[in-house]
Amino acid sequence: MATIGNGSATADWPGRYFHIDQILDKPGPRTDPGFSAGAEARFKLSFRKPFIVWKVEVKAFLRDQAKILVIGAGGLGCEILANLALTGFKDIHVIDMDTIDISNLNRQFLFRSKDVGKSKANVAAEFIMKRVPGVKVTPYFGKIQDKDDDYYMQFHLVICGLDSVEARRWINATLVNLVDPENPESLKPLIDGGTEGFKGQARVILPTITSCYECSLDMLNKQTVFPICTIANTPRLPEHCIEWASVLEWPRIYGDKKMDTDNPDHISWLYKTASARAKEFNIEGVTWSLTQGVVKNIIPAIASTNAIIAAACCNEAFKIATSSAACLNNYFMLIGTDSVYSYTFEHEKRSDCPVCGGESLDFPISRDLTVEELIEMLTEKQDIQIKKPSLSAPTKQIYFQAPPQLEQATRPNLEKKVSELIPEGGEITVTASTLPFSLSLNVIYT
Amino acid sequence: MIKIWSMKKDENAAAKKKPKTSAAQIRVQKDLTELDLPSTMKTSFADPADLLNFTLTITPDEGMYKGGSFKFSFHINTNYPHEPPKVKCIPKIYHPNVDLEGNVCLNILREDWKPVLNLNSVMVGLQYLFLEPNADDPLNKEAAEEMTKNRDRFAANVKNTMRGGHLGSQRYDNVMGAA
Repeated sequence: MATIGNGSATADWPGRYFHIDQILDKPGPRTDPGFSAGAEARFKLSFRKPFIVWKVEVKAFLRDQAKILVIGAGGLGCEILANLALTGFKDIHVIDMDTIDISNLNRQFLFRSKDVGKSKANVAAEFIMKRVPGVKVTPYFGKIQDKDDDYYMQFHLVICGLDSVEARRWINATLVNLVDPENPESLKPLIDGGTEGFKGQARVILPTITSCYECSLDMLNKQTVFPICTIANTPRLPEHCIEWASVLEWPRIYGDKKMDTDNPDHISWLYKTASARAKEFNIEGVTWSLTQGVVKNIIPAIASTNAIIAAACCNEAFKIATSSAACLNNYFMLIGTDSVYSYTFEHEKRSDCPVCGGESLDFPISRDLTVEELIEMLTEKQDIQIKKPSLSAPTKQIYFQAPPQLEQATRPNLEKKVSELIPEGGEITVTASTLPFSLSLNVIYT
Repeated sequence: MIKIWSMKKDENAAAKKKPKTSAAQIRVQKDLTELDLPSTMKTSFADPADLLNFTLTITPDEGMYKGGSFKFSFHINTNYPHEPPKVKCIPKIYHPNVDLEGNVCLNILREDWKPVLNLNSVMVGLQYLFLEPNADDPLNKEAAEEMTKNRDRFAANVKNTMRGGHLGSQRYDNVMGAA
């Protein structure tokens, strides 16, 4: 029943948004004043009217236009999907490359025992659509890396509930790269949630504006890694025995054959090997599940931590989509290991961040310019002053100052024209010890 | 949402469109082109276009391993520098901190790795192992025991094994060839 003010064309039952609308129908002390002022300007309205326009627009955006991508349909993902659907997001996409394992069922509440073995993304999407009418969830069972820029461009917001640093780095770099200064909509806020036992964090990344994931890479907790000599000679913990089996024995016995931590036969072999070692050293506690936990680096997941962090992330998504309150600036952390402690702070951008730091210059050059002349230009240019720059294109090296072999291999390029190596609009990454990290040049031929 | 979009417009800072080259790749480029290696170390790339896989040859000019030429393989994955490079010693050598499979016990390759470290630190660390073998963190226990018990015999064992000699049931690789 579409009524004026709820902004939706799909069949919403009466009262569906009663609670949410408490926030959207009245300006609150934290409502962004700039927003209704914007409506005022656009519609030439008097003082009280803008808010009415605002709330209609905002609801229409949230319920009819906003397209949100959820990455990960696991512990955090299930919570996030449910929260978004109930908050009023109607067009949700979800990506997950995993299938459902029996051990997920205690907390990943969109899955049932009959679903074990099926795609998390597909099952979660189906469940949400069945449970919350009018919400469309589009699943993708695969890797985030399968998708290209055009795919990510279609979304307004991205929320991540991931368990991998690598995947986070990838999506972060992709969204930072997507930002086109000419096109404001190319800025896709990234809301990143993460949990580890009783600890968790939620952060809002506005690519190129706030600090990005890569900026904070050095803040990450180190994974527990044991010295290899301890593993080899003086094991004291069951973990040492398991690491011995996977790091030292596996390659010794199987050579280059890759260990697949999802293969139960491989885990069984590791478990047996580790158990024998534990026996030899009188160590207790090697179990099948500990073996799996150590080699897959499984961190015990706690349903309630996931719920808190997912809720924080979804609140941010709602606030950003509606401008109904200021969003998190920009890092919230929760430490539940010793009582409950939380802290919110602004993580600062790093000027030497390899993803969002550094500079990018439009670099107009002649089609006849050689690589050598380009290097000369870079060294002489007053505003950059780079000493001994090394240059590369995304797929090839152009000129490397060192090591000797690579210098020699790339030396023939010095005489070539830049235009033979780089297409119009192509990009050159410049590194040098005098640069904080790198400089990227957008080549424009004149 | 529009509020967020307007933030980009308000940002006066220079327009930025960032590189498609991955952070790991730029970092490896930076690490490699800024390597500051003494003449005792040399990198070699089987495929110069592939920066992520190469070898390092160390030819110590002092210490017990002087005269040998020790080749290490380096494999860097796309999660660098969050993860350290994977390094293995290619020839089978007699060394307290290197096992017979080529695993190397160097703290910064595992438990003490940090993203602020770079390839140069790893290489310098590896060379240090040849100048000062460390018997306290053994990977080759027999070698470490020998080194603490009888340093002269250990030195003799090193000399013998570097020429490709036998020791116990093991035959070691000759590393005396040209670098």
